[in-house]
Amino acid sequence: MSGVRVLVGTSKGAFVLTSDGHRDSWDVSGPLFGGWEVYHVAGSPADPDRLYASQSNGWFGQIIQRSDDGGTTWEPVGNDFTYEGDPGSHQFYDGSSVPWNFTRVWHLLSSVDDPDMVLAGVEDAALFRTTDGGQSWSELPGLRTHASASSWAPGAGGLCLHTILPHPDDPASMLVAISAAGVLATEDGGTTWQPANTGLRSEFMPEPDAEVGHCVHKLARHPARPDVVFMQKHWDVMRSDDGGVSWREISGNLPTDFGFTIDVHAHEPDTVYVVPITSDEHHYPPDGRLRVYRSRTGGDEWEPLTDGLPQSNCYVNVLRDAMAVDAMDPCGVYIGTTGGQVYISPDGGDHWAPIVRDLPRVLSVEVQTLP
Amino acid sequence: MSAPVPIRIVVPQQLRTLADVSGEVVVAVAAPVTVAAVIDALEVAHPALAGTIRDRDTGRRRAMIRVYADGEDYSDTWTDAELPDAVTDGREPLRLVGAIAGG
Repeated sequence: MSGVRVLVGTSKGAFVLTSDGHRDSWDVSGPLFGGWEVYHVAGSPADPDRLYASQSNGWFGQIIQRSDDGGTTWEPVGNDFTYEGDPGSHQFYDGSSVPWNFTRVWHLLSSVDDPDMVLAGVEDAALFRTTDGGQSWSELPGLRTHASASSWAPGAGGLCLHTILPHPDDPASMLVAISAAGVLATEDGGTTWQPANTGLRSEFMPEPDAEVGHCVHKLARHPARPDVVFMQKHWDVMRSDDGGVSWREISGNLPTDFGFTIDVHAHEPDTVYVVPITSDEHHYPPDGRLRVYRSRTGGDEWEPLTDGLPQSNCYVNVLRDAMAVDAMDPCGVYIGTTGGQVYISPDGGDHWAPIVRDLPRVLSVEVQTLP
Repeated sequence: MSAPVPIRIVVPQQLRTLADVSGEVVVAVAAPVTVAAVIDALEVAHPALAGTIRDRDTGRRRAMIRVYADGEDYSDTWTDAELPDAVTDGREPLRLVGAIAGG
C-alpha cells in the first residue's frame, strides 16, 4: 500500500487530500468544481485513478464529473437521470401527495471489478446505473415502483437514497437505505425489492414499528462478515445478524443514540464507530465535545475517542457520508464536519489530528487506499 | 428557410466553466430564432450544458434561470417569440442570467 487519497465533497466544491502510509503529512488540492455542492466523490476499486463526482446546485441542476487520472483532470459525463415510465407520486411532509422529481445524486458506488459500472442513489429516491463510465444512466425501477413507495416521505434532507450496500460475495444481493422509507433489500440484482426494517421502532411515526417509513441515516458492514449490518437510525444504533432481515438495538452506553454516520474498522469486523449527536433538534455533539465512539464488541459497549478532537465549544455535525476508513495497517479513520474540518486517526481512533481545518461544510468523505 | 445566423450568448460564469469556454458563446441558428432554438444549438455545441438551463424531461426553463434579449424578458416565451433584430443581427447578445439568491 503506497498511501491514501481522501475524497472530500463540500457545499462549495470538492477537495483531494493525499498522503503516504504514515498519514501525518498531507497534500491538499482543490477546490474542484468551486461554488457547486459536491454531495459525493467516489473512486473505482478496480481502477483507483477512475473517480466520479456528483456536482449540483439549485440553479443548474445535476452534473456528473469523471476523472481518469486520480482527480487531476475531470470531464463532465452524462447527467440524464430520467425515471423509467410514469414516475408516480410520494408523500410530502404534510401528508399530501407530490410527484416524484429528480433533484440530485447523493451517493455513487463504483463496481469492485468494472470501473465503468456505477450505481447512483438519488433524490427523489431511486437507484440508477451506468455501465459506460457515466455517459448514460438507466433506472432500476423496481425499487421506486415498490408497492409501498407512494407512502414514502422525505426526511429533512429530502427523499434521498443515500446508502448502497452490495453484498460482497453475492452480486445479486444488495441493501439500500432511504430517508425516510428505511432499508430495502434485493436478492435478484435490483429487479424486485422488499422492506428490511423488522425490529426498527420510530416514535415519530403513527405506527412506530411499521414496515416502512423509518429514517435510516446510514448502514455499514465488514466484507468478511456480510450478514452483520450496522445502522445509525435517526434515533437508535442498530445491528442485524441476518443481512437485514431483522434488527436489534445496540445503543448501549452511548451518551445519545441520535447521529448520522456509522462505519466499521477495515480489519476488525466487531469494531464499529459512530458520532453521537445531541438530538434531531440540536444537530451538534453533546456538551460541545466532538467525540467519536468506538465499540470493539459489535455494539452495546462504547468508549469515547477524544484525543485530538475539540473537547470544548464545538458545535459541528458529522453528516451521514462524512466518515470513512482506510485499509492501511493500522486502520485509519476519517471524519469531516459541517465546520469544514477533516480529521484523521491513523491508529483506529486512539489519536486524532486535523488534516484541514477550514474547508466549506463537509458533505462526504471517502478514502482510497492506493496500491 | 433562411441561412443560420450567428447568435451571441452571455452564459453564466458557472456554465462557462462547465463548458470550458470564456467570454460570449456564439452559435448558428436558423429562423425562426427563438430562445428554444438558441438553447438547442447551444446544447449541441456544448453537450455539458444539457440539462443545466432547462429540464431534460419537460424542456421547461429551470426555475432560477432568466433570459433577456435587448432589455426585454424572454424567460417565459421560449418557443413563441422570435428574438429581436438586435440579437439576430449581432448587435446584442442573448443573456442567460442566474437568479440572485442566497445573499
